[in-house]
Order: sequence, then C-alpha cells, then structure tokens
Amino acid sequence: MQWITAQANPTRFLDLSRRLLPWLSAWSGIIVFGGFIWAWTKVPPDYQQGETIKIMFLHVPASWLCMFFYMMMSASALGTLVWRHPLADVSQKAAAPIGAAFTLISLVTGSLWGRPMWGTYWQWDGRLTSVLILFLIYCGILALWRAIEDPGRAARAVSVLTLIGIPNIVIIKFSVEWWNTLHQGSSVFRMDGPKMHTSMLYPLLFIAIGFTLLGITLHLAGMRAEILRRRVRTLTILEAERLDAAGATR
Amino acid sequence: MMILGPHATFIVAAYAFAVIVIGALIARIAIDTRNQTRKLDALESRGAGRRRQATQQQAATQQS
Repeated sequence: MQWITAQANPTRFLDLSRRLLPWLSAWSGIIVFGGFIWAWTKVPPDYQQGETIKIMFLHVPASWLCMFFYMMMSASALGTLVWRHPLADVSQKAAAPIGAAFTLISLVTGSLWGRPMWGTYWQWDGRLTSVLILFLIYCGILALWRAIEDPGRAARAVSVLTLIGIPNIVIIKFSVEWWNTLHQGSSVFRMDGPKMHTSMLYPLLFIAIGFTLLGITLHLAGMRAEILRRRVRTLTILEAERLDAAGATR
Repeated sequence: MMILGPHATFIVAAYAFAVIVIGALIARIAIDTRNQTRKLDALESRGAGRRRQATQQQAATQQS
C-alpha cells in the first residue's frame, strides 16, 4: 500500500510510466494482432451468422472497454472528490477520450453487424439506447473539461457528472434481461457459464485481454501528456507573473 | 484469399472503422505528448521554474 501511495506522486508516476509504456505497448500490440490472426484464420463461420461473427471480435471487447473506462473514471472521480488526489483528476481526464472512442467503435460495429443479421442498422431498444446515452455522457464530459479552464474546478464538475452517469452502466449491463430487446443476452459472463463455443470464446477472451492492455497503455500515455500539460500551464503562469512583477518594478 | 461471404462489406467496414478510430486515438496522444514536451523544454530553457524558486527565496529573505 505504501509503495502504491509513493507511486501516486506525479514525478514518480512519470518515471514509472516511462519505463512501463514500451513493454505495455509491445505486449498489447502482440496480443491484439495475434488474437485477430487467431480469430480470422482458425475460427469457423457461425452456423447462423456466417462470417459476420468476425465483427464480434471487435464489437464485444470494445463494448466491455467502454464500460471499463467509465468505471475507471468513476473510481477516479471518487479520488478527486473524497481524497482530492491530483493524479485522480489526471486519470479521469485521460480516460474520457479513450472511453468515448471505444463506445463509438461499439456503436458503429454493432450497427454494421446488426444490418445483415437483424435487417436494420439501429433499433431504439434498451441496450442500444443506453450505450448511445453512454456515448453522449462521454461527449458531455469531454465538453465540460474544455469549458472550465481551471483543471481543479473542471475535475470536480466532471466528477459529479461522472458519478451521476453510473446508473446508466447498470442499465447497459441488465437491459437485455430487464427488457425484451433485439440485442442478444449475455453469452460470456453468465451464472451458468459461457454459452459460446470454446473455438470462439478463447480467441475472444484473448483479444479482450489485448484490448484491455491497449486501453491501459493509452490511458498511461494520456496521463503522461496531461501531467506535462499541467506543468506547462503552471510554468507559463509563473513566467507571466515574473514578467508582470519585473514590469511593475521598472 | 479469404472468402468473407455476402456480408464482406459490413465486416471490412467494421474493421476499417475500428482501425481508423484507434489509430486516431494513438496519434492524438503521441502528438499531444510531443507538443507538451516541447513547450515544457522551451519554458525550462528560459528558466521559468528556477526563477520562481529564486523569487520565493528572495521574498522569504525579505520577510525574515
């Protein structure tokens, strides 16, 4: 615990992330690339959906990650509001565009999968609508970060908005059970075990691990950029104050 | 040559879209990091941080 607290110092975080990023980038690239080779060469066409099952290997990990990053933002929001930790603000801000990008991928790939299988690109059912709402919440969060200049004030406002949006994650998860939707129910994380055949399940889980590593890599890199931006902001303000003071003494 | 069947357009479009979005995300973060590093280097080379420390030390000396 003491080690984790020590790493939460921005300077130590920069040092640790600089050492971790090359390894994380390499491993996420290898696992994602290897997973897609596996999925495209070894997985047989589905008996009902044919080759469109290949879209699942993109759609499902992206859908998991859009919720994963929202939960990460929510944990960081608590870090901002309860402990006022500077790295929690940075974590929230870096996670938002990544979560939004994976939500967009989930929506678009789902739509492209839905057209040949359901006969429509879009249906206003519980699952699709709640994921669209998640995307709009991400857009709102990104807009709020841009609207408030002071990073500390922006972080507190974003934290409140993020925590308000948590029930939507619960709705996304259970929408397919609560309502009769066009979207199929969960076939991997079920109380009675996965319904999917192992020939599809294993490469899917492999790609999901790769996507998660990729997401974490992007998050760490985004946090580094944000820490640097805050240092630039602080030094710019200090320089302006110094120039003002020098001008006043003349 | 892999045969993707009658829905090849949808499969290729889904993968192309994901590659574009993830590629844009990676590029955005890489460009942002490079820009911030350059700005920080420029500020530090002008001594923005060090002069602040000197001003603080001077103020502390004057107060005492």
